Amino acid sequence: MNVEPSSQSPRQRAWRRFKRNRPAVAGALFLALTIAFVLLYPLFSPYPPEQVSDSQFARPSLQHWMGTDVHGRDLLVRLCYGARISLVVGVVGALISLVIGVLWGAIAGYVGGRLDAVMMRFVDVLYSMPSIIFAIVLMSAVEPPAERWLAHLGLPADRSVRLIVLFAGLGAVSWLTMARIVRGQVLSLRTRAFVDASRALGAGTGHILRRHIIPNVLGVVIVYLTLTVPGIILYESFLSFLGLGIQPPMASWGSLIAEGVGQINPIRIYWWLIAFPAGFLVLTLLALNYVGDGLRDAWDVRGA
Amino acid sequence: MYFLRRIGFAIPLLLLISFLAFVLVRMAPGGPFDRERAAASPEVERQLKQKYRLDEPLWKQYGYFLGNLLRGDLGPSLRYRNHTVNDIVAEALPVSMLLGMLAFGFALGVGLPLGFFSAVHRGRWQDWAGSFAALLAVCIPGLVLAPLLVVTVAIKWRLLPVGLWGSPWHAVLPTIALGLFFAGKVARLMREGMLGVMQSEFITTARAKGLGEHQVMLRHAFRLAVLPVVSYCGPLLADLLTGSFVVENIFQIPGIGTFFVNSMVNRDHTMTVGLVLLYAVLLVLLNLLVDFIHAALDPRIRYA
Repeated sequence: MNVEPSSQSPRQRAWRRFKRNRPAVAGALFLALTIAFVLLYPLFSPYPPEQVSDSQFARPSLQHWMGTDVHGRDLLVRLCYGARISLVVGVVGALISLVIGVLWGAIAGYVGGRLDAVMMRFVDVLYSMPSIIFAIVLMSAVEPPAERWLAHLGLPADRSVRLIVLFAGLGAVSWLTMARIVRGQVLSLRTRAFVDASRALGAGTGHILRRHIIPNVLGVVIVYLTLTVPGIILYESFLSFLGLGIQPPMASWGSLIAEGVGQINPIRIYWWLIAFPAGFLVLTLLALNYVGDGLRDAWDVRGA
Repeated sequence: MYFLRRIGFAIPLLLLISFLAFVLVRMAPGGPFDRERAAASPEVERQLKQKYRLDEPLWKQYGYFLGNLLRGDLGPSLRYRNHTVNDIVAEALPVSMLLGMLAFGFALGVGLPLGFFSAVHRGRWQDWAGSFAALLAVCIPGLVLAPLLVVTVAIKWRLLPVGLWGSPWHAVLPTIALGLFFAGKVARLMREGMLGVMQSEFITTARAKGLGEHQVMLRHAFRLAVLPVVSYCGPLLADLLTGSFVVENIFQIPGIGTFFVNSMVNRDHTMTVGLVLLYAVLLVLLNLLVDFIHAALDPRIRYA
């Protein structure tokens, strides 16, 4: 039993440490403001997101703060809608990948032997198949039955249903690196003296995992989780760039950047079509990463 | 002994991967002849299917595929029917591999020193600046960086070519666009590894022995701290060597990444399976190498 000298619970201590980390707090604040903004701004904007107008490729101005695109649509409103989709995709996908990856890697690395071999060969097999295969197969094979099923239930089979299927699938194919990293850490940890000592004292597998292994890999896991959220946001951008992710007239950061790339020509530079989606994406990823780092430092077992 | 067994495992692993890919691509609805310029008449389509043996049972098709594979033949492309998959690979792969190696060198060359530098200055402004640089790099993927580089460096300032492949100058922007993101990842893993190792007892021992700080960091800490990076290098290199769709697409580079994605979209089954197999062979070899380096660097890891 670990007796705390202070009256605070570990969670309170972590929260206090997190609050002292200025970049992390700034990142969290930025994210909160961003979420509030992308939810609220379209309500007050005079431009509906899919409204086409005559003012094509308008530069940023007082009417259109971030300019307009090829169809004369207001870029800022479209960015807000794109941000909603990208953020939801990133968070849901990362959580799915976290759960699968940590369980898989910790069990394989800790138990070792034949089970480790089988589990990691399975990861090797999935690893060696670029996940885009799964994404494309999943997308094209799962969509029709999902729509039929929804129609059967009397629910409207709208576009977002297909996205949820796809993005859950993205999370399910993004856990491999997490499993591999956790397994590598556990493999090295379990030969350490304190684990041997614990086992010699009669501790069971569950206790050693909970008490020694998981706390020690937590730092790496959290750092990697923060890299997974952007990773999945980027995967979605990538699919949208290929034209396989978000379908127009819906938007995501990726599809907006792809639209901007489509307008690159040597004569006229529509910089706002690339700069604003890209800037928004980069800033959000930065904030996410700072929050992740802050969480890591706040919960860091080794740094205590 | 361990490594001999791993190589022994690799053969069935690769067979399994090829079979999975073979089945997966055929699970997606739609066939390779759906997107012909003129819709094929049923009779033509039947003959095409017969010619490429797509009308036979799956296991027989796989048998033919394996038979050809033994002779090193990946079969004809179903999309570019005047070319075999081997032809296309032989033409496009070297380009992607060269770009991939350049980007890999860039990622390690920038990432390792940056992560190391940040860690040894932990808590000081150098750490803050180095960590920020690494974080920023992780937040700027090729999808964002490539169009920004094209618009600014190539179109606006006319310093480097906009695209295509030929002189060394053509390689500069794609290398940066492809490599910077991974440089950030390497730097973060390196810093995390260093901070972990710097707290271990053998470092204290090395200092107590009276070794100079440089020697402790470079000879003792670095060697273990680099392990997470080494783990990451296997999949990273396999990814980079088989081409990036985004970067090749934006810079109009005739690499294999474009074929890879297009083959899946076009349901060019033979091409997809061939390229998946290629990727898998690379990955298996590289992972073997990674484990080998692991064992060489970390005396605590023993493969029984």
